[in-house]
Order: sequence, then C-alpha cells, then structure tokens
Amino acid sequence: MALAFLAPAVLIFAVFSYYPLYRLFWYATHRQPRFRNKEATWVGFGQLWDTLTSRDFTSGLLHSFQFMVYTVPLGLILGVLLAVAAHRRLAGIKIFQTIFSSTVATSVAVASVVFFTLVNPEVGYFKDVSWLSLSNPQSAMFAVALTTVWQNLGLTFIIVLAALQAVPDEMNEAATLDGFSATKRFFRITVPLISPALLFLAVVLVVSALQAYAQIEFLTGGGPGDATETLLYKIADPKGVRGLDVRSGLSIGLFALTAIVAAVQYSLLSKRVHYGD
Amino acid sequence: MATDQPAIPLDTLTQSTRGTSAATVAAPDSAPKRRVRPADIGWYVALSLLSLIVLFPIYMLILRALSNPLAYVAQGQPLYPVDVEWDVFIKAFTEADLGRAMGLSLLVTTIIVAVQLLTAVLAAYAFAFLDFPGKTAVFILVIGTLLLPIEVTLIGNLETIRGLGWLNSLQGLTVPFLATAFGIFLIRQGFAAVPRDLLDASQLDGYGHGRFLFRVAIPVTKPIIGSFVVIAFLGGWNQYVWPRFATDQSGWQTVQVALRSIGSDRVDRLNIGFAAAILAALPLLALLIFFQRQMIRGLTAGAVKGCRCSLCSSSSNGR
Repeated sequence: MALAFLAPAVLIFAVFSYYPLYRLFWYATHRQPRFRNKEATWVGFGQLWDTLTSRDFTSGLLHSFQFMVYTVPLGLILGVLLAVAAHRRLAGIKIFQTIFSSTVATSVAVASVVFFTLVNPEVGYFKDVSWLSLSNPQSAMFAVALTTVWQNLGLTFIIVLAALQAVPDEMNEAATLDGFSATKRFFRITVPLISPALLFLAVVLVVSALQAYAQIEFLTGGGPGDATETLLYKIADPKGVRGLDVRSGLSIGLFALTAIVAAVQYSLLSKRVHYGD
Repeated sequence: MATDQPAIPLDTLTQSTRGTSAATVAAPDSAPKRRVRPADIGWYVALSLLSLIVLFPIYMLILRALSNPLAYVAQGQPLYPVDVEWDVFIKAFTEADLGRAMGLSLLVTTIIVAVQLLTAVLAAYAFAFLDFPGKTAVFILVIGTLLLPIEVTLIGNLETIRGLGWLNSLQGLTVPFLATAFGIFLIRQGFAAVPRDLLDASQLDGYGHGRFLFRVAIPVTKPIIGSFVVIAFLGGWNQYVWPRFATDQSGWQTVQVALRSIGSDRVDRLNIGFAAAILAALPLLALLIFFQRQMIRGLTAGAVKGCRCSLCSSSSNGR
C-alpha cells in the first residue's frame, strides 16, 4: 500500500537526485577519452582531489564567498529595515507593503534584465558610477550581487514582516512601561524573537548566493577576467572550457558546501536561536 | 530538521490576512480608523523614499522598454521616456518569438505543478497516515534530496538527459522536477493536522485510503495545497539554470531563457528585450495580486514557525 503511494516520488528522486550524484563521483574519478567512442578510464580519487585543490575550485569558491558577503548581510538589513518601517498602523500602509513585496514577482532572469538597464557598460543608467562598474573586478561583483539583493527584497520583507507580526504587542508594551527605549526594545525584544526568521533568511540568502547564475551570465559573462565566475558558473561552464571530470569534481565541491550550510543551520536551530513559544 | 513537529500553525498567519483586501501580511485592522497624526508624516516620508528605491529599477525597465533606444541614448539617458513606441510590446511577440516562449513556459510549468502535486500528496499521505517498514529510511532519502538541488546535480542530470535523447524535449524540461521534497513536507504537515481517529472512524465506515484521501484529508488541507500550488508555479515559471542547459535550440527556450538574448542584441533593438522582460513578469504579478494570501503563506511556511529546513529555503524561490 505505502509502496504505491511512495513509488512515484521515490523513483524520480532516485533517477534525478541520487543517480546524478553517483555520476558526479564517477566522472570525477575517471579520465574522459578524447573521442566519444573510446572508454573512460578509472584514475581514482586523486583526480577529484586535484580538482578540489585546483585554481578553478579555489577561485570559484572565493567568488561565491564574495557574492555571499555582498548579498547576505545587506539583504538581511534591508529586509528588516523595510519590514520595521511597514509594520505599523497607518492609513494606506498596505500600499507600501504591496510595493515592498513586489520584487517577489521577478524571476532571476527578469531581475537581471532590470539591472542590465542600470549597470550595462554601454546603455546602463549608472554606467559611469564607479562602484557599480562592470569593468572593475570588485565593483562588477558588487553590481551583480546587488541584482540578487534587490530581487530577494520582496521575500525578505514578507518573511521579516510576518515574524514581526508574530511578536505579541504586550511584550513591547510591558517593556515600554519598564522604561525601555525604542532602540533597546528593538534589540532586546524584537530581534531575539524574530531570530528564527532571520536565521531562515540567512540560509535562504546563502543558498541563493551559491546558486547564483543568470545574473552573472546576463550582466558580466563571468568577467572581467574570471572575477565574477562563481563556483556554479564554472560548473555550468557556458563557454565549454572544462571537461566533464573537472565540472563533476567542482559539483561535488558545491554539494559539500550545501551540506555544510545545512549542518550549520541544523546545529544553530537546535541550540542558539530563541523560540517564540 | 525536525520531523515530528506538530502541524505548523500556518492558520494563525492566514487568519490575520483573511478579510483584508489588497493586503500583504497585514497588520491587524481591527483597530478603529485613526486620524493621521503629525508624527505619522515622518513615516509617510520614510516609506515613500523606501518605495522609490525599491521601485526605481522597475521604473527604469519600463522607461527603457517604452523609449526608442537610440533616441534615448542620444538624449543623454534622461529619467523620462523618449520617443515612446507602444508597439514594442507587439514586437516582442512578432520579432522576439515571445508567444512561443511563454506558451512553452506555461506548458512546462503546468505539467511540473500538476504532477508535483500528485506525487507530493501521495507521498505525504504515506508519511502521515500509513505505517510501513523502512519509513524512517524513506524519509531520510526524501530529506537527502534537499542537499541535491538541480545546481549540484546539473552535470549528472544533463548526461542522463542526453543519454535518453531528451535534450530539447518536453520530457527533458519537466521529468527531473516531478517530485519535490518541499511539497511532500508541506503537505505532510497539513495532513498531520487531520486527527488519526478520523482515519480509524472512516475505515470502520468502510472507507479505503483512496476515499479518505479525497473525501477527508485533501479537503481539510486545501489552504496548504493552495499555497503549494502557487509556490510551485512561481518556482517552475522562474527556473533558469536547467532549461538553459537542457535545451540548445531556440525553439525550446522557455521565456526566462529567451530573455538571455538581451546581452547579444543590437542596441537599436534593446527595447524589445526590455518589453519581453516586463511581459515575462506579468503572470507572476497576476499571481501575486490574486493569490497573495496563498503566496505569502507558502513563502513564510517554515520561516516563522515550523519547518525551517534548507529545502524550504531553496525550493521556495526557484532559482
């Protein structure tokens, strides 16, 4: 009985989640033949090790981290800012709430086109703004990251606002009576109570940084040089410069990072984060 | 991630939004209407400024879509449209083949959502109402897929699809996504709110599992299923990486992938690409407007209370 209910999902997972993982290890440990008609040969885990210590991996990893550093804190701060501003009783507040959540309707490709109008070196509105310039490695990464920050604003806003609304009014009222200032109330009461939502968002943003692709392809094509080639960009390898063995090894690296993020999240959840109940 | 949590009290969130018309996760509006106080003016100014910042990029896209690209640049890129060409939206269909791309995206997304719903409901039912050997093992297998998003499995799956001859095909675009751990967990949590006594009672009445599923479990879980459908649509419509690499013929480009040509377009045709991006976002805008409650419930599922696994995070915004 249970078998019939579970079989469809399990079959899909087996073929399109677990089998590819096996394929990744297979490619990463085999040397690909020059011609498709020859057999691949087993060369062992040394090849995977070589890939994971190669410049391809370290620079991809570095760029992915850079992307995270630019997107995660800024995304969280802006989300909290918007949500705090819009969490009040005010006539017409729903109009602002709708505006702040509007970027939920943009896909990563649409957001990339949007930022194309802003930062493209030839036709972008901010093409002469140096800290958004796509021709400088540092600012190029920042401009690409800003696309993601903007695209995620709606999501972060919605989640932080929902968390703020779950904070009981009485708590803030009691603290006000005790003479807590607004700043003190925010950091002592609100932030601890919404910390599960903030952790959730931090994970969402970290994962979305690891999975950033379209914004890079649309805006910089990985350049200048390889300054915006993140790990996933090197795996996807749109210009076709890497072999299956290398791209598979890099994928295993990305898998390990994903697992680390999940493990960190799990351990934080089971200890540190304050639960509202 | 905790598996034995009680059902997420998503309803609390629902209740607060129910009855509010255009609301997002609205503040309770049980309070009587107040007059605008002087202190509020400051908030209106702040909120308006923030709105301008959020909307400015969208304004620029609309502006650039409407303006003749060469005339706009010649004018020195002002903040108002130049030589407005309204037919650009028609050109997006006639010259950029947007109709085909949108049709394909709609078809692909519909297939993915419908089948995901089916596989998720069935699997969720098994986890919620059936006892069977190896339940924990299967559950771990489902959780494990959270660590295997399409970005990780891309290379392996591309080889599979190539081997099956599914590059540039409907199967290639849809089959890898026909099951989702996010959906299974979300709907399972909904089912968990259905008392098991109800199942026992219905079995005494001679109901089988199928009838219990369709007559009791699904109707009771409708709000959560609705949220799942909206979020799955969002994710399916927005997909980029997989359709980008599982196709290499322009006839098989989904609408998101078709937007890619913007980078290689001639400058005098850029407005068509900008218009296409606006049109590509319209279905989601409609979704946001008409199914706001479901969307917000789905997006916040796990964030505020309940399951906070990275699966929920990676699947809820489909990139």
